[in-house]
Amino acid sequence: MEMTNVRDRVIRIIAEQAVLEPSDIRPEATLDELGIDSLGVVESIFAIEEAFDISVPFNANEPQASDFDISSVDTIVAGIERLIAEQHG
Amino acid sequence: MGRVVITGAGTINPLGQSVPQTLEAMREGRCGIGQLELRDVDRLAVRIGGQVKGFEAEQHFNRQQLALYDRFTQFTLIAAREAIAQAGLEFSGELAASSGVVLGTAGGGVSTWDENYRTVYEEGKNRVHPFVVPKLMNNAAASHVSMEYNLKGPSFTVSTACASSNHAMAQAFQMVRLGMSRVMVTGGSESMLCFGGVKAWEGLRVMSRDACRPFSANRNGMVQGEGAGVFVFEDYDHARARGAEILAEVVGFAMTSDAADIVMPSKQGAARAMAGALRDAGVAGEQVGYINAHGTGTLANDKTECAAVADVFGPHADRLMISSTKSMHGHLIGGTGAVELLACIMAVRDGVIAPTIGYEEPDPECALDVVPNAAREAEVDVALSNAFAFGGLNAVLALRRI
Repeated sequence: MEMTNVRDRVIRIIAEQAVLEPSDIRPEATLDELGIDSLGVVESIFAIEEAFDISVPFNANEPQASDFDISSVDTIVAGIERLIAEQHG
Repeated sequence: MGRVVITGAGTINPLGQSVPQTLEAMREGRCGIGQLELRDVDRLAVRIGGQVKGFEAEQHFNRQQLALYDRFTQFTLIAAREAIAQAGLEFSGELAASSGVVLGTAGGGVSTWDENYRTVYEEGKNRVHPFVVPKLMNNAAASHVSMEYNLKGPSFTVSTACASSNHAMAQAFQMVRLGMSRVMVTGGSESMLCFGGVKAWEGLRVMSRDACRPFSANRNGMVQGEGAGVFVFEDYDHARARGAEILAEVVGFAMTSDAADIVMPSKQGAARAMAGALRDAGVAGEQVGYINAHGTGTLANDKTECAAVADVFGPHADRLMISSTKSMHGHLIGGTGAVELLACIMAVRDGVIAPTIGYEEPDPECALDVVPNAAREAEVDVALSNAFAFGGLNAVLALRRI
């Protein structure tokens, strides 16, 4: 899978959840800054799993416990790229 | 105890997407039952129902709301919007703190269950949308109404099959009457016209395949419907003080349990509920001009209900009018009592009695004035609304003209 494409698609998913244009999503922005609440986080992760046919190890009760880092758009994209490589590589 | 009045009403159902549309359809004796339009309908033996047609959720709700609202919640919110707008109330401060919402539903988010079971069982997928639970839970509709209108008092959902709405409204009535709340939003909603929802009812073999003809000798079963009815119940003095338009007074209720059979109705249980509602309202049987029947169109319900009416009212049973509007909108299951309360409001407020349509042949076991086929004008002081649920749980409300 083309990795630059991954970034664009993730940003589209996050933008839709935040009700923003993809061009307004800065790579260093946190989900909190984008106005995405906890329900929005799990919905985004569901959309990402569906889009890339991957399983994201994320438990809303302990968001820090998994390797999947959701602290910013950049870390999410990096995490997804790694999961795609692991699960489809 | 305080007096309780209705200051707002809202609905969406097979007869209309507002109260005025619905009452007009009832006055005209229009039928909202037709061919079901749903996925896999060709695998159903029962293919008719009272579906809400021409409803586009996207016109009422945004994408994020749609992700969270099952159809039964959508119906509830549409009906609540109309009712609360009519009441003209804004909930803040102390009024918000004591006002709540009590709603009835039998199945809650049935189509959400249905769609997601398809996903995991039929399509073999191992992932479902994260909002399945908050969308299907029976209290979802009540919770979204509370959030939309800032209702911070007692809110919950009542589930007693076909009597859910009447039990819910009886609770709300009690809360206002006892002074716990000055205003309660109440009613009910149901939306189970999806493949699994209809298939389950089909299994019971009590469904008609052509029409709902309550009290008619050739009746052959019930027909499912969908929709919601929501009302604003308000303390009489509170409503008067702010100059609100009063649609009707809620004067009494009663609930009984047959304690007998899980599906067969009981004459005694139904009679005790009607007699109890009269006693609670402090009205004599002779004052009742109209009964909105449970009137499902099954063999058992209609004759049992008529026998119960005869027992409670004696000779007056032959003078009062009793109709089943399910002949027009179908059986809305947990939402049915709420939509049917509209017919009672129309009777006491407008002096128009909704008919029992589809009436073709008299049945000696249902020998009451069932207002066959055409609406009628009549002055009515007190009206009863009957609901007798599977499981033998009965709830009857009494309304009075104001």
